[in-house]
This record gives sequence, structure tokens and C-alpha cells, in this order.
Amino acid sequence: MVEQVRRLLEKRVESAAGLESLRQSIVDKRDTSRTCISVCGGTGCRASGAEAVVEAFLDEIERRELQVQVEMKETGCHGFCERGPLVVIRPKQIFYQRVKPEDIPEIIAETVLKGNIIERLLYVDPATKEKIIYEPDVPFYKRQTRTIFGANGTIDPKNIEDYIASGGYSALSRVLTGMKPQQIIDEIKKSGLRGRGGGGFPTGKKWQSCLDAKADIKYVICNADEGDPGAYQDRSLLEGNPHSVLEGMIIGAYAIGSRRGYIYVRNEYPLAVRHARIAIEQAMDYGLLGENILGSGFDFNVTINKGGGAFVCGESSALMASLEGKIGEPRAKYVHMSEKGLWNSPSLLNNVKTWANVPLIINKGADWYSRIGTAGSKGTMIFSLVGNINNTGLVEVPMGITLREMIFDIGGGIPNGKKFKAVQTGGPSGGCIPEKFLDTPVDFDELTKLGSMMGSGGMIVMDENTCMVDVARYFVEFLKGESCGKCTPCREGINRMSEILTNITQGKGKPEDLDTLEDLAGVLSTGALCALGQTAANPVMSTLRYFRDEYIAHIEQKKCPAGVCRELIKYSIDPEKCVGCLRCLRGCPTGAISGEKREPHTLNQGLCIRCGACYDVCKFDAVIRQ
Amino acid sequence: MDLTLDFPRVKAIVESYTEKVDSLIDSYADNKEQLISLLQDIQAEFNYLPQDVLVKISQRLDIPLSQVFSVATFFRAFSLKPRGRHVVTVCLGTACHVKGGRRLVDKMERDYGIKPGQTTGDMRFTLEAVNCLGCCALGPVVVVDGKYESQMTPDKLDRVLRGYK
Amino acid sequence: MAKVWIDGETTIEVRDADGVNSVYLTVDDKGIIVSAGQTILQAVQRINGIGNIPALCNHPAVKPYGACRLCTVEVSEDGGDKFKFVAACLYPVKDGLIVRTNTEKIKKLRKGIIELMLARCPNVKRIQELAEEYGVEKPRFVLGDQDCILCGLCVRACQEIIGKSAISLVNRGIYREVAAPFYAYELTEECIGCGDCAFVCPTGAIEMGPDGKPILPRVKIPFAEIEAMMKKEAATPS
Repeated sequence: MVEQVRRLLEKRVESAAGLESLRQSIVDKRDTSRTCISVCGGTGCRASGAEAVVEAFLDEIERRELQVQVEMKETGCHGFCERGPLVVIRPKQIFYQRVKPEDIPEIIAETVLKGNIIERLLYVDPATKEKIIYEPDVPFYKRQTRTIFGANGTIDPKNIEDYIASGGYSALSRVLTGMKPQQIIDEIKKSGLRGRGGGGFPTGKKWQSCLDAKADIKYVICNADEGDPGAYQDRSLLEGNPHSVLEGMIIGAYAIGSRRGYIYVRNEYPLAVRHARIAIEQAMDYGLLGENILGSGFDFNVTINKGGGAFVCGESSALMASLEGKIGEPRAKYVHMSEKGLWNSPSLLNNVKTWANVPLIINKGADWYSRIGTAGSKGTMIFSLVGNINNTGLVEVPMGITLREMIFDIGGGIPNGKKFKAVQTGGPSGGCIPEKFLDTPVDFDELTKLGSMMGSGGMIVMDENTCMVDVARYFVEFLKGESCGKCTPCREGINRMSEILTNITQGKGKPEDLDTLEDLAGVLSTGALCALGQTAANPVMSTLRYFRDEYIAHIEQKKCPAGVCRELIKYSIDPEKCVGCLRCLRGCPTGAISGEKREPHTLNQGLCIRCGACYDVCKFDAVIRQ
Repeated sequence: MDLTLDFPRVKAIVESYTEKVDSLIDSYADNKEQLISLLQDIQAEFNYLPQDVLVKISQRLDIPLSQVFSVATFFRAFSLKPRGRHVVTVCLGTACHVKGGRRLVDKMERDYGIKPGQTTGDMRFTLEAVNCLGCCALGPVVVVDGKYESQMTPDKLDRVLRGYK
Repeated sequence: MAKVWIDGETTIEVRDADGVNSVYLTVDDKGIIVSAGQTILQAVQRINGIGNIPALCNHPAVKPYGACRLCTVEVSEDGGDKFKFVAACLYPVKDGLIVRTNTEKIKKLRKGIIELMLARCPNVKRIQELAEEYGVEKPRFVLGDQDCILCGLCVRACQEIIGKSAISLVNRGIYREVAAPFYAYELTEECIGCGDCAFVCPTGAIEMGPDGKPILPRVKIPFAEIEAMMKKEAATPS
């Protein structure tokens, strides 16, 4: 116990100078020539078995007694989720993908001890067929600008010393030793940083109104309630580099005069919660959080609150209601949260990515930051590039890059030789963008002009086999389940849109339905209380704008051109192609397929529920879908 | 007839249950605004929110029972009915949906007769649908009792679930 | 000095009263002076001949909620350049505010909201009256048969006026309803049978029962049927 206390006191840094000498001592102690194996431990790779890979490395290193020469580090999400589990062997930066536990003994024996490359674990560029050995050469990474996310590959989120060694908390140091609150806010304003949570509100302006609000108690909140389906960059950032978020929050708190902070994390992100908790504890141990931070006299404490499973709690007033122990019901924001927010006190709420940008701006300066991006959208943005795309994962790019570059150069294009149809951005509040706009630069205002929005960074790519009416229906169903139910336009309007869209996808649509949908969209955008309701019609309106012909086909011809809507498609077996392998017969849940071995099978339409299992399983293209 | 007197084992269970509930409420030191965190702990401990526990929380934290009930019914993390022994969570996020996540939900309905939010009659499985677990590269994703299964198909789901009794 | 309309037609000259924090705003091109600290709806309701803003979830005895959205008006804070849609029951009066209560967009919005309400509660007299007033005919949607429009007045009255909070709004989205804890058919001791909830209800969805306690909208079912339903629920597995 005495030992622990002493160690604690030793760890605690009392001044900015103390932090620098600590940083130096950590760096000095580290042997940069020592082999470091970094394994991606993000939730995505864990789902592919990364934990077993970590265990295998630990076992092998112990078995061979290599603890002195070799270090194994479980890091945060590297971003190339399609290829996980990912292993990078530093300092050479040898990049291995789709690693299995069985590969570890060979990796240690060959690559770590002898320097030999294991070819089968290398990434092969599908365009050039070239085998890429080193991580910086992987096209997926090379074309990104990973100013914030790059650290995820080298830091162990459970060890604050990694963060300190790479320059962490130096921005905080700079702020506490020489910047006045107004100076800090001016720097943020000059950088042009805009909120990364969806609203894109100028961050500096928000901070200013919080500083200007006269109150004894003010709050700083991190919105980690990432609810957009398909977006998980906030989670990976909080899991992989929680200190970058914390540092931003402490700087923000100092700038506006707050002593109390909250990180509101979705209930469904247990690893992010765990890593954020560890980060807070360690920051407190080291005197970087809590009382008298770096000897400056400034106190700031942070608590973690978990969400309860409600998308609407990503909305700032609903989030604060939930923090107060009430239901997540938004309220009118005619008086801004920055004046009267949590417990009616001025509250500064920003998204995870926004907070992570702050230390960067303070360290490198607003001038440097504002050189990245476009006139209206500065800096980089982290997107989750998912859906029908070859390189699924998290990408960080400068604002202004075109959608085409993102999807085809970085994303590697559409798999299985399919054609690009649309890209959905901005989650349920956003819209679908068709092919003709692929050269649009990614920018807050440009995307809004197209009827979509930047949102929190979800970017879902859709190929020719996606039914856009079904996509609209999907998002409306999602919002129907997440609406809080307070205001009439959202509660009733979304429900009715869902009824109409379901009818259309089942072949029961009427021509008037399109007008009704437009009327409902008007009621929602002008009458709904909060942004959930106000933007609820966006997916419907944007698909109507660019894919109206699909709606017409569903309504007038009762056909689904993409072959998705169950009631409107038909499966049949081509007797010419069918070899009689019985696979579809066995897979059919209703016994609709009959036939003998090596005889062409037949499909009974009366029993067919159009689940598509036969289509999936047939290796001979004998199942036809029309 | 007071069962707890006749069966010491039942008495022990009831007592430890009460102790557990009390200690959980104590840990939040009567902090009204921590209601949601407290309910999450109760949900994690008992796999649902028992009615009498909610009444006790209302008394100890001095929050009207109707408001505790509002919170308990508003958030999807909470369940007022006991959940099954195994919770099967299917991700219906956009990426998984585009890769066929819906079919897994349909399969659960065909084989076990349950829709999302429902529990099988024998209390074996509870089906939940969630909007994006954040492993979009590996969709469709299903989590069974906290274990992530990737690239699921109706067939694979069948095989996986057979292992859960 | 300012020229101010005190009813639809007469104008008077007014000067600011000493010590009164007053704001000057325009409603439908008519200037009014009111004391600060109130909402647009309150200001408009106090002066005859100015505006006619419908508001279903509003009651002078409880705090405004902003749920029905019928009181939506267009306001401009920059002298008429840009307008935005706000709920009059919640938006505070500000100096120089320009308010429009009856533009084409507002009329369309009101019609849309009433159409949705009528589709939900086709047999409620108050909604039928509103529908007639604003020219809403048959809704284009499948008709429901509810009485409650979820304005929340009953819940708020019980909480704010009586201080009891015997009932609350439970569930969310389209499943939202007014209920007693655990959907009890009998209200707890919290309920003192004052009848405020039934009194403030704009649609008559709550009635006082023979035992002096309110019958909540969900429970508009004959008791014999309730018993049968409860027996059935107990018999089938969940």
C-alpha cells in the first residue's frame, strides 16, 4: 500500500517542466531498436479473432524467452478493418494482414528473429498485383492524411506513457503555461474547425458563447453517443486514443472556465468505456487531470456516463436530459445549450473527433491547420467507409478530397465487379449521392447542396443491387424506432412515411404516395422539434430526387429493378444450368425446391418466401432472380 | 405460508438478492441523476428490471415511481421482463443490412418464433436487434452472449446457436 | 413613442413605462409593446385582434411543452431577411422581432399536423373542429382510433400543479402513451383523485371513474374484457 502510494506520488507531475522531464525520461528508457509488434485490438479486429492472436504472441514470446528483445503492444484500431486481424512489426513497419493464431510461431521464428518476410501474409494490391511489405506503402494508408488517426497504430490506449512519449499533453502544457482563455478561443476560431458530430457548427464560436456566459458552474461534455448506423470512427478513436480526446476536453474546460466534464458513451461500446475509464484514472495518477493540473491551480474532473440505448440521445438537449437522469427527450433550443444546458448551466458539448482536433491545433497552430481542407471546411475528417466496397475501414482524409478518390482510390472500388450506384453520407439525417456527383469535394456545404450532409462521417457505398426505395424505407424504419415521440410531426409523420414506403416496397404503392411523401417531408422539416425529426425525410427526399424512376417502377409496374424487394421479385431455377447438386434444396427453409440428385431442380412458387438462400448458395448461376 | 421459513435455501437467495440491490443503490449514494447508471447495473445483475427493485429505487432516491417507470421504458437497454439465458443480438446497421442482416432476423423468427425484443417460451434465447455495432467490415455481425460472430449467414447462425442450450 | 394596435383596428400612441423592461415587436405587420420575459404565444393571447395561434398542448396553468407544434410561426431576428420556424409557446419575445403567424407555409404546416392528428384520433371532437377550421378533409392515411394526442398536459398538471407525478409518459415513438406505473389499471396512492388531469385534457381522453380516480386513455376497455386479456396473458409464454 505504501509502495503504491509512493509510486503514485512519484508519477504525479507537478509542472509543465516536470511533464517535459517525464517525457524525456520515458523516451530515453525506450530502446527504439527493440522490435515492437503492434497488434490491432479494436473491436472490429477482435470480432475477427484478434484476442487469440494477442494471446498467441504472448505465449510464443514467453516460450522463447524473448521478452527483452521483443515487445508486443495491443493498440487501437488501425483502420484497415477489411484486412484484420492486423499486425505491424516495427521499427521496420512490416505489414501483415488476416493473421491467424497459427501464424504466430512462424512470424516470430522467421520475421522477428531472422528478418524474413512471410509472403502469404502480405497485402496484395488488387490493381497492380504487387505484394506490399511495408505499412506506409499500402495504398489504403498512403492516400490518407492520418494526422489524428495515425497514432492509433502505435499507442497502447491502456498506457498513458505511450501517449506522453509521442508528445501527448504538450498542448495542455502550452495552454496552462502561457495562453489566456480568449487566446485559446481565438486560435480555435482562426483554425476554422467546425463540429465533427454532424451539425458542422463553427467550434470557436460555440466556445466563445460558453466563455461569454456568466455562471459559476459550467460543464464540458464529449458526445460519444455515435448512433448513425455504419459509423464507428468515434468508437475507434475513443478506444484507441482516449487521451487525445481528454486533452482536448481539458483545454476546452480551461478556455471556458469549467471544472466538470462528462464523456457520454453509447451503451453498446463496452471497450471504449473501459479504455476511457483507464485513461481517466491514469491521467489523474499523473496529475494531468483532477486537482491543480500541472501545478497551474486549474481543477477539472471527468466522469463517464453510459447511454441507455437511444439514438435520440446523440442530440445535445436529449443527451443532457439523460445525464440528468431523465428520459432522452429533446427540448427547444431557442436558448442555446451554451447558455443554459446541463442543469441550466452553460455547457460546451462537442463530438469525440472535434475534441481530438484541439491538441493538434494548439500544437501546430491555427495557420498550419487552416492550410488543410477547403475554404469552408478546414482540417481532416475521419470517415467510416463501409458497405459494398473493397477496402472497408476507417479513413482520414483532408476536406476537399473528391468522393471518387475516396471510394475508388482509397476504397479500392466496388467488389465482385459490380457497378457503383450511390453513396450515403450523414446517416439517417443525410442522403444518397448518385454517380454523376462523384467528383464533388467532400465539404460541409458541398454535401448539403446535394441534399445530403457530412454528418458524423458515415459513408456507405451501394452497388447496383441496392434498391434505393428499400434504403429509404430502412432509414425511416430506423428513425421510427428511435423517435422519442414527443412532437406530432416526428412521431406521426415518420410512422406514416414508414407505412407508405413499406407499401411501395410490397407493390401496394399508389401514384399519390409520392406527393404525400413530399407533404410529410415539409411537415417534418418545418414542424419537428429537433434535428432528428427535421432531417428525417432527407433519405426519402434525396432518393426521390435522384432515383425517382425506381419509385415509379415499384408503384406503376410493381417491379423492383434492383431485385431486392421480396414481394416484387421472383426466383426460379434454370434447368439448363442446374446440375442437380441438391444444395439449394437442402438450404430452402420452406421446402419449396424439389428434385433428384443430378436432375434439374424445380422451385414451387407457392411455397417460396423469396429469402434468397438458394440464390446465395448456388455455385452454377442456376438460380435466376427477376 | 412463508416459504422463506420452510426453505432455508430460498431464504438465503431472497436475502442475498436484497443485499445486492441495497449495495447497488448505496454505490450511487442517493444521487438522483445517476438513475440511468443505476438501472444499467440492475439490468446487468438481474438480466431485467424487477418491479420491486424499481419501487425500492423510487423510495431510496426520492424519485416519483412514474418517472422511474418512464426511464425504464424509454431506453432500449432496459427490459421489464426477464430475458432469456442467451441474448442473440443481430446488427441491423446499414452496412450489415446491405450485406443481408435482415435475413438473420427472419431466420430467428422462422426457427424460434421470436421477433426482436422477444424471448423464446423456454427462456433459451432473447433476440435483440441493434443499430450498428461498429464492425462494418465483417458484416453481417451477430453477438451471442457477448461473443462476436462475423460474416454470418442463416446456416452459420443455425450452427452457432445449436451450441447454446 | 410608438404607434401600437390594441385590437384589430384601433391604434394608440404609447411610450415606455418607467422601470418596465418592454420589448417592441411586430406580429403580422402590427406593432405591439409587451413586457419582456414572456413567450410569443402569451403576448399574442393577451392582445385582442392580434394573430390567432392554435395551441393544443398549451395551458396557462402549466409550463409550455412544445409537443403539438400547431403554434409554429415564422420569425425573423434580422429585420426580415431570414425567417425560421419556431414554436410560439416557447419562443421568447425579443426586441425587433418580426413574427408572421399566417403565411402560406404556416397554413400548410398546420394542415399537415392536423391531418396527422385526425388520422390518429378521427373521433375526437376537438380535432374534428380544428380540421374543419383549417380545411382538412379526409386524411390520406389509415385511420386509428385513439383519444389521446400525447400533449402531456395531464402529466404536467399532475407534476407541476399537484406535485404528485402519479402518471407519466412511457415508452417512446409511436408506442408512447400516458400510463400509471407498470400500466396498473388502478392508480397508486400517489393519485389523490383531484381530477386535474381530466380537467386539462384537450380531447376528453381522460375521464374520472366511479372510484374518483381517472381512467387513463389506454384503459378505455370494459373491465370484463380486461380480465379476459389478463388471463390470456398469464397463460401464454412471453
